[in-house]
Amino acid sequence: MAATPPKGSRKGTMGGLPDWGLLLGSVLVYLFLYAPIAVLIFFSFNSTRSTQVWTGFSLEWYGQLLSDPTILQALRTSLTVGVIATFIATVIGTMTALALSRHSFRGRAVADTAIYAATVMPEIVVGVSLLVFFVSVFVPMGIQLGITTIVIAHVAFTISFVTIVVRARLSGMDRSVEEAAQDLGASPVQTFFRVTLPLILPGVMAGALLAFTLSFDDFVITFFISGVGSSTLPLKIYSMIKFGVSPVINALSTVVLVATLFLIFGGSRLFLRKENAQE
Amino acid sequence: MRERVAKGWSAGLAALLAPVTLWLGAFFLIPLLFIVAYSFGTSEVYGGITLGFNPGNYLKVFDPLYLKIIVRSLGIAALTTLICFLLGYPLAYFIVFKGRRWRNALVLLVMVPFWTSLLIRAYAWVVILGGNGIANKTLQFLGITDGPVNLIFTPEAVLMGMTYSYLPFMVLPLYAALEKFDVRLKEAGKDLGATRWQTFLRVTFPLSLPGVIAGSILVFIPSAGEFVIPDLLGGSQTVMTGNLIQNQFLQSRDWAFGSALSVLLAVLLLGAIMFYIRRVGTDKLEGV
Repeated sequence: MAATPPKGSRKGTMGGLPDWGLLLGSVLVYLFLYAPIAVLIFFSFNSTRSTQVWTGFSLEWYGQLLSDPTILQALRTSLTVGVIATFIATVIGTMTALALSRHSFRGRAVADTAIYAATVMPEIVVGVSLLVFFVSVFVPMGIQLGITTIVIAHVAFTISFVTIVVRARLSGMDRSVEEAAQDLGASPVQTFFRVTLPLILPGVMAGALLAFTLSFDDFVITFFISGVGSSTLPLKIYSMIKFGVSPVINALSTVVLVATLFLIFGGSRLFLRKENAQE
Repeated sequence: MRERVAKGWSAGLAALLAPVTLWLGAFFLIPLLFIVAYSFGTSEVYGGITLGFNPGNYLKVFDPLYLKIIVRSLGIAALTTLICFLLGYPLAYFIVFKGRRWRNALVLLVMVPFWTSLLIRAYAWVVILGGNGIANKTLQFLGITDGPVNLIFTPEAVLMGMTYSYLPFMVLPLYAALEKFDVRLKEAGKDLGATRWQTFLRVTFPLSLPGVIAGSILVFIPSAGEFVIPDLLGGSQTVMTGNLIQNQFLQSRDWAFGSALSVLLAVLLLGAIMFYIRRVGTDKLEGV
């Protein structure tokens, strides 16, 4: 995105709306976006079971979180699924991005459409269609719903996102370095691993990060295809909410929120630095 | 400039495309074909299904009981889109034209909630709207109500949760569209004697229309298929298509009808997107 500030922006006013009206409205929208999360975090430190009346500070609910083996098990499942699915989706997504940005071929429009269709298909449709597929094909083969099916599904819905992110990076890349490498006698595979990959690495890492976040947060698709045995963290949170509001859920939500933000900010900082160093 | 795009099929290209074709073919496309096939099947009493050509599942949609749910879903989704637009447009406008050096930070502030789990954001509203919670306390404090009233499990609660969840999807494409806007056009409008409203309605707004359409699609699609938010914040009066589909698959085990509903939902929403791509192109969606 171009960062040039529009000239004469002080004069720009939205219709007849005065500037202070616009400012006030915007502040209220930000408040609307953040107040619920703030309330959620606030009551995770409450000293009683109430999530609505403040009675004093305590870390009791965080303690309970750590001593609940089912929560820890769900976390382990989520991390396992996230890491495996991210790895597979990143490899496949990067290959796809290379194919789509470096080649023009018959059927490219179809491939493009399929990639977009996979990102915009309503999650519930993806979830139920995978459920039908797994029950009709996998279960008769002896593969039950569980971690395997969750990983397969997560890869399926994250590949497209990785492809889009990596492709954006590839399109902004100067190809002359690659051509130089090939002129100097590097094979296509050597060129890829020693020239292209290091150059697009920030894009690949950003794609991987997005894939991991999507996998880690996914509820709807996982809900349909997880089976009875394995529960990811979002599924665990869902069943806790269904069971009743409790500050333990607030504490768990706080931990997940903080972890997600750390991952995204830490990750993007790291990649941006790399990116700057290269330019 | 040298030609930098390889033309035509080669072994290398086939190797690059093989994994995605296999994975999305086997675990995205074929499952979709399964539900298309199932949607024309007949559900049996014990959850089995007989394949065939039975249009009955699609006709069942016109049963007033189900039709009401589908129309309601579309209504809630449309209303969510409208509210997100009304809240999001001024915000995007503010960020672009008044944000000055805080512009990037202000955009980031919109994106942060969008990265956090939808489930957790819905739960926040369960806490706020539930029982004699903060929402009720505020209403009593302001003198609007005398005692706790029922706020959760209402259509308004669902609308609130949806608006909250999908607002960033509206703001980001609007921001992207307005950011490209050349302010000189606005000045030209003014120089030619247009009032601020005229300039906005005739120049700024029409030019931001691709962003408005992209934002509306990005909000409308997940809203129309939503099932977590009505599940947690809604009651029996706010069952949406998503809940109906879930119900067919996990409770009543009428997979044929559930498949028909899913196919309809997918066709409807993808149709909306095709319409958009025809008119505006894919680059706006990519910019998000």
